[in-house]
Amino acid sequence: MKAKIRKLIVQVDEIHIEMGQAINPPTRCALAMAVIENPCAGKYVENLDELIAIGEELGGFLGNRCVEALGILPSEAQSYGKSAIVGEAGEIEHAAAILHPKMGAGLRVAVEKGAALVPSSKKRGGMGTAIDVPLGHKDAAFVRSHFDAIEARVSDAPRRNEIVVAIAVTNSGRPLARVGGLQVNEIKGVDGLR
Amino acid sequence: MIEIRRILTSVEDIFHEFGPAPQTPLRRGSIAMVITNPFAGKYVQDIIPMMDALQPSGIQMAHQLLKAMAVPESAIQSYGKGAIIGEDGELEHGALWHVPGGYAMRELLGWKGDRPPNDEKNTAQFDQYAKGQAINATGKKGNAIAIVSSTKKVGPPGMTLDVPLTNINASYVRSHFDSIEVRVPGAPHADELVYILAMTTGARIHQRVGGLAADKISVWDGQR
Repeated sequence: MKAKIRKLIVQVDEIHIEMGQAINPPTRCALAMAVIENPCAGKYVENLDELIAIGEELGGFLGNRCVEALGILPSEAQSYGKSAIVGEAGEIEHAAAILHPKMGAGLRVAVEKGAALVPSSKKRGGMGTAIDVPLGHKDAAFVRSHFDAIEARVSDAPRRNEIVVAIAVTNSGRPLARVGGLQVNEIKGVDGLR
Repeated sequence: MIEIRRILTSVEDIFHEFGPAPQTPLRRGSIAMVITNPFAGKYVQDIIPMMDALQPSGIQMAHQLLKAMAVPESAIQSYGKGAIIGEDGELEHGALWHVPGGYAMRELLGWKGDRPPNDEKNTAQFDQYAKGQAINATGKKGNAIAIVSSTKKVGPPGMTLDVPLTNINASYVRSHFDSIEVRVPGAPHADELVYILAMTTGARIHQRVGGLAADKISVWDGQR
């Protein structure tokens, strides 16, 4: 593993009741967060290949952890998202290098298919910073019932020379989705949009 | 139905992030409106009427944000939207902003497609938009044709939301993947909603991880 992982956190968020209504089966969202050392911290680095390679590994690694935590088949995953928080001695572009060039391939194997763009967010922050990881349907970005987000936070990360990398996978949409739009059963799932 | 209590607009200019400063700074703006949540405190099945009631506010917010950023429509390169729901609401109340907020921003920036009806069974309208058949003066197949990324959550007063940003014509333009933190101190109250729009004039300030470039958009499907 190219990334030096100090800490790994995997959580599953289940919603059983929303606004007094029972949610059956509960909606479930898994979030896997890796706290890694930032090899580019503290100086301006033009070529970020090292971080790109780290992103390539973490996509599958964290994606698999999410799917395992949900106890589902990869094909049962419904939506995904990714985020990174760069510690103070890094720059936003370090997060971009991890998240964008090569992370997608491994994550898409972990959830099977994955025609749609993986939505993302990034920021710089100190220990305990929370970031909202956007969620969207893995095969059709316009499925409205699956527009959502989950907060990711590690109380003692990132330290100034670290990066928190987060991936979220769900097996469901929002608990009481009822604002219309493209429905899951209408998906063609080829063009990534619908 | 819609009572706007407060609007918080923020515009930032980023000159560098400890790397070589580009010639053109990056300008990013966000606008957050605080309204009463008419559905707070009770479960209401049919919340669609509020989506329609929000159309004028969506238009107002989009225009007000662009005016605050003091740049022409053509300067906007990425956008995003979000919602923070107060404690007595439910997550789904945040989903009401997708249509009135998102489409108002896209129309302001030159999108010519038809508004999707609330129950989107009219696939003919969608096919037309998806093929990029809306023509505008630049000769591109329309403008602001990409999905507006979003986040939403339930939160206490002063909660921060990370609003994702993507290129307005091709979501996969890598230089433009970004996000902006938005918060309204003291809002939302338990019976309120904060609805957010965000726009920027360009890429991350030191973008250098390759990928699809903005001047190489060619498929014009809103993704590439």
